[in-house]
Amino acid sequence: MIFTHFLKKGLTWPITLTILVILASAFAVPFLNLYLDTAHPLHIPNHLVGLYGKYLTYALLALALDLVWGYCGILSLGHGAFFALGGYAMGMYLMRQIGPRGVYGDPILPDFMVFLNWQELPWFWYGFDNFWFAALMIVLVPGALAFVFGWFAFRSRVTGVYLSIITQAMTYALLLAFFRNDMGFGGNNGLTDFKDILGYDIQASATRAGLFSASAIALALGVLITAAITSSQFGKLMIAVRDAESRTRFLGYRPEMVKLFAFVVSAIMAGIAGALYVPQVGIINPGEFAPANSIEVVVWTAVGGRGTIIGPIIGALVVNAGKSWFTGAFPEYWLFALGGLFILVTLLLPKGIVGTVRDGWAKLRPAKQPPAQDDQNKTTASKSGSQPQAAE
Amino acid sequence: MTEKTNSLLYLDGVSVSFDGFKAINNLSLVLQQGEMRAIIGPNGAGKTTMMDIMTGKTRPDTGDVIFAGDVDLTKHDEADIATMGIGRKFQKPTVFEGHTVEDNIALALAGTRGVIATLFHCRSETGEGRIRQILDTIRLSHLRGNTAGNLSHGQKQWLEIGMLLAQDPKLLLVDEPVAGMTDAETEATASLLRDIAEDHSIIVVEHDMGFVRELDVKVTCLHEGSVLSEGSLDHVSADPRVIEVYLGR
Amino acid sequence: MYRNSILALLTVWCLSLFAPVANAQEPDLQAIIQKLATSKNFNQTKAVVAELAATGDASVAGVLNALSEGAVYFRKSDRQVFVVPGRGNTLELFDPLTGEAAGEAGKRELTKVRVNNSLRRSIRDAIGGLTLASEDPTVRLNAANTLAANPDVDALPAIEAALEKETDEAVAMRLRQAQAAATLISDRTLEEKTTAVTVMTSLGNREALAFLTRFEAQAEGELKTLAASGITKIEKSLKLWGMGQNIWYGVSLGSVLLLAAIGLAITFGVMGVINMAHGEMVMLGAYTTYLVQEIIRNAMPELMDWSLLIALPLAFMVSALVGLVLERGVIRFLYGRPLETLLATWGVSLILQQAVRTLFGPSNQEVSNPSWMSGAFEVGLITITWNRLYILIFALCVFAILLWAFNKTSLGLQMRAVTQNRRMASAMGIRTPWVDALTFMLGSGIAGIAGVALSQIDNVSPNLGQSYIIDSFMVVVFGGVGNLWGTLVGALSLGVFNKFLEPYAGAVLAKILVLVFIILFIQKKPRGLFALKGRAIET
Repeated sequence: MIFTHFLKKGLTWPITLTILVILASAFAVPFLNLYLDTAHPLHIPNHLVGLYGKYLTYALLALALDLVWGYCGILSLGHGAFFALGGYAMGMYLMRQIGPRGVYGDPILPDFMVFLNWQELPWFWYGFDNFWFAALMIVLVPGALAFVFGWFAFRSRVTGVYLSIITQAMTYALLLAFFRNDMGFGGNNGLTDFKDILGYDIQASATRAGLFSASAIALALGVLITAAITSSQFGKLMIAVRDAESRTRFLGYRPEMVKLFAFVVSAIMAGIAGALYVPQVGIINPGEFAPANSIEVVVWTAVGGRGTIIGPIIGALVVNAGKSWFTGAFPEYWLFALGGLFILVTLLLPKGIVGTVRDGWAKLRPAKQPPAQDDQNKTTASKSGSQPQAAE
Repeated sequence: MTEKTNSLLYLDGVSVSFDGFKAINNLSLVLQQGEMRAIIGPNGAGKTTMMDIMTGKTRPDTGDVIFAGDVDLTKHDEADIATMGIGRKFQKPTVFEGHTVEDNIALALAGTRGVIATLFHCRSETGEGRIRQILDTIRLSHLRGNTAGNLSHGQKQWLEIGMLLAQDPKLLLVDEPVAGMTDAETEATASLLRDIAEDHSIIVVEHDMGFVRELDVKVTCLHEGSVLSEGSLDHVSADPRVIEVYLGR
Repeated sequence: MYRNSILALLTVWCLSLFAPVANAQEPDLQAIIQKLATSKNFNQTKAVVAELAATGDASVAGVLNALSEGAVYFRKSDRQVFVVPGRGNTLELFDPLTGEAAGEAGKRELTKVRVNNSLRRSIRDAIGGLTLASEDPTVRLNAANTLAANPDVDALPAIEAALEKETDEAVAMRLRQAQAAATLISDRTLEEKTTAVTVMTSLGNREALAFLTRFEAQAEGELKTLAASGITKIEKSLKLWGMGQNIWYGVSLGSVLLLAAIGLAITFGVMGVINMAHGEMVMLGAYTTYLVQEIIRNAMPELMDWSLLIALPLAFMVSALVGLVLERGVIRFLYGRPLETLLATWGVSLILQQAVRTLFGPSNQEVSNPSWMSGAFEVGLITITWNRLYILIFALCVFAILLWAFNKTSLGLQMRAVTQNRRMASAMGIRTPWVDALTFMLGSGIAGIAGVALSQIDNVSPNLGQSYIIDSFMVVVFGGVGNLWGTLVGALSLGVFNKFLEPYAGAVLAKILVLVFIILFIQKKPRGLFALKGRAIET
């Protein structure tokens, strides 16, 4: 009962609509891909199914970041690390599924280990032949890292840009670590050449459609959980921590625990996104840990509108669709566009697409409040665009 | 040591220094159960630092800070101390500007503070009643659904006092509650504090002598981190040293 | 392989041509060389080599070298000896003594003078002995090095003779080592060997250690104990020297970190602005250096040695100007919103990177070391390269100047005033926007001149800045924000810490450990090493 109450509170009509649209796409896209003739105008070719599926995992990653940044004020520049760890956990499962079909034909050892002359499987690869064990790790490993990192960071009251910088250092350290061959994760090349997942050929269009649906459902669940969390009393507490952390402390709350919970939930969401990403793109390598990747996630969220649930999803889809188009049409100029986007969003659109549209909508509607109130609304709008920070 | 055990708050020989600067110097102060006390003193006398020490924000270098007879406050952090029953209103009003007036009070309302508890929290009838009652007390009922960021300065001060009430602490620390208020608002605040003082202990830091006179309570004057003079307002304001450093001739 | 050996051969030969040629003896030398054509076996050839070495004339070094490389032939028709460096059917002939071209011959007309390994060794020793007499100290040093590494009892008299005449201290030291090493394997007296062990111990390098170890294994009695104690002594001193070398590497890395971070210490530490494009300011400085060198190379190559000095002010101006545009165009709208500043400046960094990539291409650009910065010297057993030393000095100079500018100039005073209390400073008549812009320009300009220095030791590519940005932030955060001394101590200690970990953990793991260490350190002291304490900073 308490759970239904918890979930119901978050289901405002825009959230319900969003979830329905995502779930509809979970069925529509596979249908348009598998059951329509390739000549049909509405047919979605295989490569687009993979691409859209990738976008959805990005959207889930952006939503995860939004939970900590938009609602709790923690700008993590290391969310790519959780995404990549989830991806590696899935990649390890997929590697073990290859079995004796690798180039070297070793029944147990993945190709890169045979190549490095390893005699036996390292202990941390045990169990990854079992999907459910791998699924558990997809959740546990990013969650545990977030817990340990957050436990130390939040308790010692590292906030604001300091926290951002050390999250960046965290993903950078992992990047360097995963590049090492001795780590046992395939070094530079990462994990690739996957054959099948849960017994289905990973290249088959039905499997790819299935993966797309799984991504869509995961995103819908992510939206539901985020909505439930943010609309609860805890959600209000997160916003309170974001806006005036020390005040919550003098009210008897422990902001470090609030942040820790949000951070761990967010890391788990990011890990699941990564796990769904890997089988759809067919590779996971240390490049996913690059600090630049994590910062790009921040801009998706910023473009869509942080502190909203729909914003990061729209942002991830819009920016990545733009990226696909740009890298096809003018590959030289994509970084100019992305860089410009960073600047324009922070300067001109601090509330992102969704935040701005919502404000505009509120203004257009006949004012329920007296006009003087409206003026004050504007001043807070500009004020709440900035979070109170330490560096004054 | 009956004073130590019978009093609500007992400070003895407290000192703290920042990079060699002694902000609090051998400060001793005793507050009885149910007492309201006004603290005055020039800028830099250590008033805010004293409150930081009482609420666990700053650890004293030496000295005892005992709450309710047996709790050593120097061993606890802000959240612990707040839960034990010391509430604090800041010099600069700090409310959750993004939340409505109602949500501000709701967040402050006594209750378990854990993560899980807040996640599955449902507001009860009694909670609802308390909120209504507090909003009436601080005269913000008509602004219940408004964003706190939109309130005027004085309204924010009151909202913060309302949040203090919602916490239902044993001791309220109130830092400059009437700064930036009109005379009428000041008067209303004084009467509000007197009402609250009927069933709470209060420490008020204030510069406004008219307001302090209005409160009509025992006054402590701080100077350079220690107590300069203590007693009724008339007694203190007649003290030549207080006149020298603070009131002026 | 083949090409290289020919090249080496020609070089040695040319070198030997500079040695004084004793004209009077030339017919004799020719005659001895001609004996190579008549020798029937390796032993006879060896005798000829010994005879040549005995002349003590450096001009035979060329032909000896050629011989060991298998490039000495004689013409079947007249048994005339030539040096033939090439391969093929038609071969060019060179005179064995003068190195002058002496016509051509078909491959079939020639016979090779054969050598084996033992012969090669005696040739090498002979050359070593010969070149000890050269006038060029570099040649003598090489010879002494060869002899020290391959001690030869037969060369002992030659070494001792050379040692007496030697004036160059470096060469003499190597000769003493060669002498000691040779003495140890000779059948000289106990006394002399004892002295040799002492000499070896006092020289205390790796080679000496290897020799003493080998000697100790087969020595007996007094000598054995002496050698053993020598070995421990050397090992101990080598360890100390190794530590010294590590400290130097660490300090050098620290100076690089300091250069990269010091501009950031101003923009981040003093202004509180997170400039993620800081690395790109460094990169712009490096590219300015590249452009300056290109122009000088094409227009006035004689100024090449001055290129860095010319590049310094230009790099400062380029980066400062870009910094000014960045501050006025973007950052000033974001004061008080550090997270937004971080994002916007990251965008700027992407644009700058791509702009440089579009203009100059993605590959590394060639930036050369001026002559006074190339090479290395040794302090005891520590090797110090000049470019690293200059960078250290340069970094310290920049630091000192900044410290001065900060504490002693009116601009510095204004900067500090604005940082501490913007509104008050503004009320006092300080034009705060102007000070902001100047401070940011200064920080960016410093990054630019850091780029000039870094172009000397790192690849100049569009990614140059990226590789420094995280390290720089780590240094500033570790050292304590708003404190230039903290940046200095932070940079040097992180550099040394990193280099001390490297031997145990490897370069990559060392770096990871340093990052983890800083992450943990910030938990303990969130404000860095040199943090301010008190109410004022707790907002």
